[in-house]
Amino acid sequence: MTKQFGRREFIILSSTAAGSVFLKACSGSTPTATTASPEASPAAATSGDVIKVGILHSLSGTMAISEKSVVDAEQLAIEEINNAGGVLGKKIDPIVEDGASDWPTFNEKAKKLIDQDKVATIFGCWTSASRKAVLPTFESKNHMLWYPVQYEGQECSKNIFYTGAAPNQQIEPSVEWLLKNKGKEFFLVGSDYVFPRTANTIIKAQLEALGGKTVGEDYIPLGGTEVTPIISKIKTALPNGGVIYNTLNGDSNVAFFKQLQGAGMGPDKYPSMSVSIAEEEVKAIGVEYLKGHYAAWNYFQTVDTPKSKAFVEAFKKKYGEDRVVNDPMEAAYIMVYLWKQAVEKAGTADDLEKVRAAAIGQTFDAPEGMVTMQPNHHISKFVRIGEVRDDGLFEIIFSTKEAVKPLPWNQYVADTKGYGCDWTDPAKGGKYKMT
Amino acid sequence: MTQLLEAIFGGLSIGSVLLLAALGLAIVFGLMGVINMAHGELMMLGAYTTFVVQNAFKGTPLADFYIFFALIAAFLVTALVGLLLERGVIRYLYGRPLETLLATWGVSLILQQFVRTVSWQFVFGVGLFCLLFFGAWWFLARRPDFERLRGWVLWVMGPLSAAIALVSSSLLGNTFKLTVTKPWFGTQGVDVTAPRWLRGGLPIGTGYQLPYTRLFIIALTIVCVLGIYWFLNKTPWGLRIRAVTQNRNMSSCLGIPTRTVDALTFAIGSGLAGVAGVAVGLLGSVSPNTGQAYIVDTFMVVVVGGVGKLVGSIVAAGAIGTVSYIIGSNALGPLVSFSPALTSFFEFFASASMAKVMVFALIIVFLQFRPAGLFPQKGRTVDA
Repeated sequence: MTKQFGRREFIILSSTAAGSVFLKACSGSTPTATTASPEASPAAATSGDVIKVGILHSLSGTMAISEKSVVDAEQLAIEEINNAGGVLGKKIDPIVEDGASDWPTFNEKAKKLIDQDKVATIFGCWTSASRKAVLPTFESKNHMLWYPVQYEGQECSKNIFYTGAAPNQQIEPSVEWLLKNKGKEFFLVGSDYVFPRTANTIIKAQLEALGGKTVGEDYIPLGGTEVTPIISKIKTALPNGGVIYNTLNGDSNVAFFKQLQGAGMGPDKYPSMSVSIAEEEVKAIGVEYLKGHYAAWNYFQTVDTPKSKAFVEAFKKKYGEDRVVNDPMEAAYIMVYLWKQAVEKAGTADDLEKVRAAAIGQTFDAPEGMVTMQPNHHISKFVRIGEVRDDGLFEIIFSTKEAVKPLPWNQYVADTKGYGCDWTDPAKGGKYKMT
Repeated sequence: MTQLLEAIFGGLSIGSVLLLAALGLAIVFGLMGVINMAHGELMMLGAYTTFVVQNAFKGTPLADFYIFFALIAAFLVTALVGLLLERGVIRYLYGRPLETLLATWGVSLILQQFVRTVSWQFVFGVGLFCLLFFGAWWFLARRPDFERLRGWVLWVMGPLSAAIALVSSSLLGNTFKLTVTKPWFGTQGVDVTAPRWLRGGLPIGTGYQLPYTRLFIIALTIVCVLGIYWFLNKTPWGLRIRAVTQNRNMSSCLGIPTRTVDALTFAIGSGLAGVAGVAVGLLGSVSPNTGQAYIVDTFMVVVVGGVGKLVGSIVAAGAIGTVSYIIGSNALGPLVSFSPALTSFFEFFASASMAKVMVFALIIVFLQFRPAGLFPQKGRTVDA
């Protein structure tokens, strides 16, 4: 006799199916999380012939889109270092944790990596919100985080090494370039959270100081897609064209650029400068909509140096021909090397004070050019402006000759004007008055 | 004049996207009382279908008209997924709205993760599991002593099939590496481009133009509304659906196959979500999160409109669209320039994210006065 599925069978069946999918996800070819053995000895960051490090990014949730590729870049650097003999003769053993795009989760996982896994350092975070969430943990445990993404500055922690751009290494030079080449009237569009709002505060102060003008400012909720009112406002504020400074993050960019084009506002009259659109994002938004618009970064895949070519080639070889590299991935890649050099100079991975001291002054021949870790825990970086071209990569139309020194405290904003950060001098510390 | 036209068009275009997204939900929620939290994800599937169709037509002479094929394909694909969802999950939960809400929410998460991870290896693994397990079930179910074997099938065949599927799919992955393990779509969004004749816009007045994509979506919405109206009022199945909505037991007594009606209604509602997905793919992003951006707004439309009334959804979508456009673009600020306080009040809310806050606040206030929406259902049928 045939019988239809009852509810009980359905539940059992679906849980078996879910279980098998879950198991499969764990045993897939993607680099899997190495779980730490609970009986690891107390001072276990360096035990036997491995050094454990933590990788803490969002592998699920809304930020996974961006952070997954950063994990790939970090894994690539670790693999290269291991193949070349490791650090201090020991192999690096990455423990990958998923922050799940959820800031409290980031904090929990950071604590877990430090207390249970006893990692030597953690590479991680993307959004400023996640960094701000883990910061108290790193400071109270006096541990070490390497952070690879451009950010809004106005922060300088002893426990973080920042390898992405500070505002004066991305936002400020791009505003100067726009003023010189594209026009004086700016409309600021951003997602509604800490980075765009702080960035726009900086831009407004800078425009005021340099003779530009902010004609309007608007924010979309993170992930929002209804941009019709904003486009009308831009049209009203800039009837004859002008610059759009774009700090939108994620999906909103897609809606914004598609509808900007639909409204007939092309880059010839309304050039836009973006600070969150890189090679990965261009693919998702569509080259047709972005062609001719600008982005400011420190690194583009099209940077023409032997180091850059080798990086692109190694990445494609490991992850597939159609993958692209971008600025945060490059910063993530170089920070693993900078940490390695610091550990080698210190002669230990466990004594964090020594590693921190050794890190300052480390130079690395990065894909973007020669970078140096500064006393304020940020690195000097090259600033570049690229224009989106037909193949979805960037034509580099502006590049600094020298690496620009980082200034974490913004010099245009009244509250932080004249302040600097120097961790080599105990008298100065995180925020001191520069003369 | 241009400004007025622009405002009307702005409100209309926001409203039409809302309505298109809400139409399917309104049918499912209104006629069947099912709160389908996976509606946004069905839209996302429609948008991904557009992407697939677009790629299939790339380089062919029909490439410029792929959008029409995409509309049909998206309707069929999402209707099929909706049908599976109804047969597999929802039919066990009729009359229990809270459980339906939770179950469909779970489905929405599964669908999101599905488009992120789906690869040939994944499809092979799941396919093999289904083949082995359901094959065994189907085979054994014909034996007379099946009742006795039931537990055995579940507890032995289940894990066994899972193990076989797992091992063989990871073998496959190790042999062919990236070619089979690479996700089809990945976590990164994909790029849906409007066909050439939909880019640009219709110029009106000086320097303003109505985007063709928006005009297309408005037309599409009108076609969908008329199509649904015609279907519900002029076809035998439409009659049956309306009959079941009004009185399920009586309809059943009169020989209407209520279960088929349920499945059909759900499939049509889901298919409409797919059509909406094509539209939002033209406007915005196609990524695993696409559906999430619309689900709250669509529920707002259905709730404000009044459950079970299509005309309510239409009016509500238009109203919400117009109000959010007027607030968001600061059209009210200049009108009240006689009072600086009022002007600054409206300016404060004249930003895309604050406009949303204002619209939700207005909706809450509105629901205090008319808790059942603009066009509540009347009479004894309400509780049926």
